[in-house]
Amino acid sequence: MDALASSLSAPPRLTRDLNEDGDDAGSSAEWGSQGGFGNLHSGFVGGMTVPRTPDPAAFLNLHTDSMSSNPQAKIKLAHGTTTLAFRFKGGIIVAVDSRATAGSYIASGTVKKVIEINPYLLGTMAGGAADCQYWETYLGMQCRLHELRNKERISVAAASKILSNIVYQYKGMGLSMGTMICGWDKTGPALFYVDSEGQRLKGDLFSVGSGSTFAYGVLDQGYKFDLTDEEAQDLGRRSICAAGHRDAFSGNTINLYHVKEHGWDFIGNYDLSETWYEYTQKEKGDKMTRVEAPSPMAVEA
Amino acid sequence: MAMHAERSAALHELTSAPIQHAFNPYEDNGGTILAIAGKDFSVIAGDTRQSQGYSIQTRYARKVWQLTDRAVLATNGFAADGNNFVKKVKQRLEWYEHAHHKQMPLKSIARMIQTILYGKRFFPYYVYNILGGIEEDGTGAVYSYDPVGTYERESCRAAGAAQSILQPFLDNQIYFKNQTPEPGAEPFIPGNLPLSTVLALVVDSFTSATERHIEVGDGLEVYVVMKKGRPTDDLVGEGKLAPGMAVEELDALGEGDGEKTFLVTRSLKRD
Repeated sequence: MDALASSLSAPPRLTRDLNEDGDDAGSSAEWGSQGGFGNLHSGFVGGMTVPRTPDPAAFLNLHTDSMSSNPQAKIKLAHGTTTLAFRFKGGIIVAVDSRATAGSYIASGTVKKVIEINPYLLGTMAGGAADCQYWETYLGMQCRLHELRNKERISVAAASKILSNIVYQYKGMGLSMGTMICGWDKTGPALFYVDSEGQRLKGDLFSVGSGSTFAYGVLDQGYKFDLTDEEAQDLGRRSICAAGHRDAFSGNTINLYHVKEHGWDFIGNYDLSETWYEYTQKEKGDKMTRVEAPSPMAVEA
Repeated sequence: MAMHAERSAALHELTSAPIQHAFNPYEDNGGTILAIAGKDFSVIAGDTRQSQGYSIQTRYARKVWQLTDRAVLATNGFAADGNNFVKKVKQRLEWYEHAHHKQMPLKSIARMIQTILYGKRFFPYYVYNILGGIEEDGTGAVYSYDPVGTYERESCRAAGAAQSILQPFLDNQIYFKNQTPEPGAEPFIPGNLPLSTVLALVVDSFTSATERHIEVGDGLEVYVVMKKGRPTDDLVGEGKLAPGMAVEELDALGEGDGEKTFLVTRSLKRD
């Protein structure tokens, strides 16, 4: 009876994954075109190699610079910085910066921190760049499988829960991600915050990363649900601009997305310094017209 | 693989401080790699010095590898991890060729490298990779990676010991960062430089890095991958290369009716 029960129960996923040796000949799925993802149907995430030490997480901590907290470590991992998303009457605005730092070195100024999971789902990248990029791509495949099995698009709630369940399996092992899953489903625009600690929150407004406090400052003073599309897009852009200006770990360019009923639209990529210059010039211009207000000639509607 | 602290037994008895034992399998073997994408070609380069601390292990260790007729991979960081990683990638490419009777496209190799790197997320390969080559649409491409698999397609990338010396130079010369065209002049178009200019930039990058970085030098290998049907005379033509440089066309790994790969070599200072 026990043998029957154990043959029917799911394999203890994590332990089997983690004990798998990296140097074996590879699973049969690796032989084909699916590049290690051929075993997707079993819900089994392909062999993760783990060092044979008593505490693998401590090993990883010793050798990798996680969130610039271990600067003497050899392996410097790229990480993300300021991201925001908010819900309003016209959908969801997603805005991010594009800087990746390794210690004080700017490893890249052209990072795509908005991950296009599929044409109607977006994910953002903060924390470990590889963790976000890899698991959100993987989430995209799971969402496609859901579509094929159920003849229906996955809800944002379900998609975000797949992601949070995956990262929760790895809790304490050194994954680092703070992400927002944004999309439009049967319930309308939906926004979820998911992080590697296992937290999953539904909400109207989030900002994640080292520049998030600066972004929140601008976002909170300008946010209301009834924003027009143009106002909302400008608020998102302005918030990232403020964060990039004050937070040394954020900057370079702004990427702006708008999630609507038909899916997401890419609005644009803006140089952060030029954007900041435009905003400050505009403020100076406003002041000029105010000073010259006594003359009716200077006032233009 | 230093599994234990290196101390003599006598010394051990003299000290009362606790000895920390740590599994330290990583080493930094120096060197630098660089890749630049053109409109219909891609250039992937690396020096050949391999060092450990202040001593040179060898003046010729390969860091740039031809994977397919349209893909070249450069690895940098811990040489043992790098060699092993390349071995694994080549094995997967061979399996793909057996299964599909064609070579894996560049963008697929790019994604596969991500999954292989991420498979060791908890015991990373200490390797910075740059993949260069020709995309299926004929454009030159460069993909760069971090040790656990984040990747991005770019126009140019430097990695390794002299990354912080070379990347700002490339930003200025390839992306025209902080440059303004003269009034009335044509605007700069990034990613459109001719091969001769790109090759000159690569050589200048490495000779300059050799002057200022102790871990860079000895030899330079530059792989040039060209789109199918592209004229090759701007590389192999008479007097096209600077003195001291040699070029050879590499044999095709696949059918041999498509892209061409050339290897340009040159010596670097050995002090």
